[in-house]
Amino acid sequence: MLDGNAIAGTLEHIFGNDMTRATATCAGCDATGPLAETAVYLRAPGVVVRCRHCEAVLAVVVERRSRYCVDFRGVSALRTSPSP
Amino acid sequence: MHISRGFHGRRREDSEPGRVPPGQYVTGDFPVLSAGPTPRVQLESWTFALRGEIDEPRSWSWDELQALPREEITVDIHCVTKWSKLDTVWTGVSIDTLLEGVDTAAEHVLVVCDGGYTTNLPLEDLTGGRAWLAYGYDHEPLDPEHGGPVRLLVPHLYFWKSAKWVRGLELRIDDEAGFWESYGYHNYGDPWREQRYAGD
Amino acid sequence: MNWQLGTVVELREETERVTSIVLRLPEWAGHRAGQHVDVRLTAEDGYQAQRSYSIASAPDDDDLVLTVERIEDGEVSSYLVGELRAGDELELRGPIGGYFVWEGALGGPLVLLAGGSGIAPLRAMLRHHRATGSTVPVRLLYSARAERELIFRDELARAGDGGTVDVRFTLTREQPPDWSGYGRRIDRELIADVAWPPDERPLVYVCGPTGFVEAAADALVSLGHDPGRIRTERFGPTGS
Repeated sequence: MLDGNAIAGTLEHIFGNDMTRATATCAGCDATGPLAETAVYLRAPGVVVRCRHCEAVLAVVVERRSRYCVDFRGVSALRTSPSP
Repeated sequence: MHISRGFHGRRREDSEPGRVPPGQYVTGDFPVLSAGPTPRVQLESWTFALRGEIDEPRSWSWDELQALPREEITVDIHCVTKWSKLDTVWTGVSIDTLLEGVDTAAEHVLVVCDGGYTTNLPLEDLTGGRAWLAYGYDHEPLDPEHGGPVRLLVPHLYFWKSAKWVRGLELRIDDEAGFWESYGYHNYGDPWREQRYAGD
Repeated sequence: MNWQLGTVVELREETERVTSIVLRLPEWAGHRAGQHVDVRLTAEDGYQAQRSYSIASAPDDDDLVLTVERIEDGEVSSYLVGELRAGDELELRGPIGGYFVWEGALGGPLVLLAGGSGIAPLRAMLRHHRATGSTVPVRLLYSARAERELIFRDELARAGDGGTVDVRFTLTREQPPDWSGYGRRIDRELIADVAWPPDERPLVYVCGPTGFVEAAADALVSLGHDPGRIRTERFGPTGS
């Protein structure tokens, strides 16, 4: 089990910007932190991003024939960071 | 497309034509795929339950499950991530045994598991000798990372339907999408018709 | 951020299982210390495998260097460390990552905690620190199982100049007879010894296997360090 750094390339490909410093608030427990610090499960039919505190699913990324489907319903708020 | 000289990837084995569904490759490994942490389960408090559209909900403890008639099953399994593993050997109890005498109007099942994973399938696909609760793999107790103590085994569908750490079946009148189904995977998942994603 | 092809210029065996891959990339736009790249391999039948590797070279270095550990049953790492030859082309995209990066403007003092091959991005930070003449104080603690598994050992030992940069090693399984460094796994006492106290508000970077990172991060927080000043990057097997 790795962290959000492991999907930094995928997220940047999808969003067009680095997302590791973007902060997410867990819809389950309200914990807030950078995406880089989330718990990431890569060995699956899709990527599963979980809250490190309560293990609830924050996001799921499924690649379907070269297109990405990103589901962020476990995140109640996502804030991007200013460019360095 | 750039080809990496000398790269072959994991050793992919040959198989007779028609043995393996379209788009799959055969592996000798047994990859571990997971959507979350491996649940820690206490056998003393473990139960498996049938509930929902059923006159009398039933449940079995670990000991009660062990006392039921067991089978050894040898099947091919197919993961939606494209690997197939041939002649895998499992030990478990047929779902037909658990459903014996159950009278229900339900046509759908939602499979529930420790850790919160779910999957759905028609009740019919769990009957007729096509599905088991498996607690042994390759003549050993099923490893937690492969779904132990007990997983569902439904080899005629993509392996995400063979839910790990299974705890119960919810018999339903209406269909309810499980975890991967709700994130865009196919509702039924027949590997022979290559039903990987919704709309396939 | 597109996929680009680089040519392998040189392969340097660092330890028995670790090799540095030196690459020349015509379209490379530079990077920040701590960033990584995604490497993609394609077999003749179209089968693809992709992994992330930290950049071990500093932005100020001439060539891009990836330092890769061959892991058991590693589909990609056993190709990169073993099959790949000078002259081969490698497909990659990057640089990637905005969280696990350090440059002078971020200040310090700096604490770098490395476990095993997690030394790679921290070594890039250290090289960048030196190349830019930074006066930010740095303390590096590098944990490995045995002396022969320390990557960049001589370079790191020389970097510890007793002034701005302090470098210490801990060997967790085997120590040589004349060993003067630490001899155990990272723990609260070890970190308290090496790092500045929390009221100095150091910027801490931790990189290595998941178990190492979690032990270090928990220990730092229990010592009173601000979680917001701790950056973590976990390494581990990713293939399915």
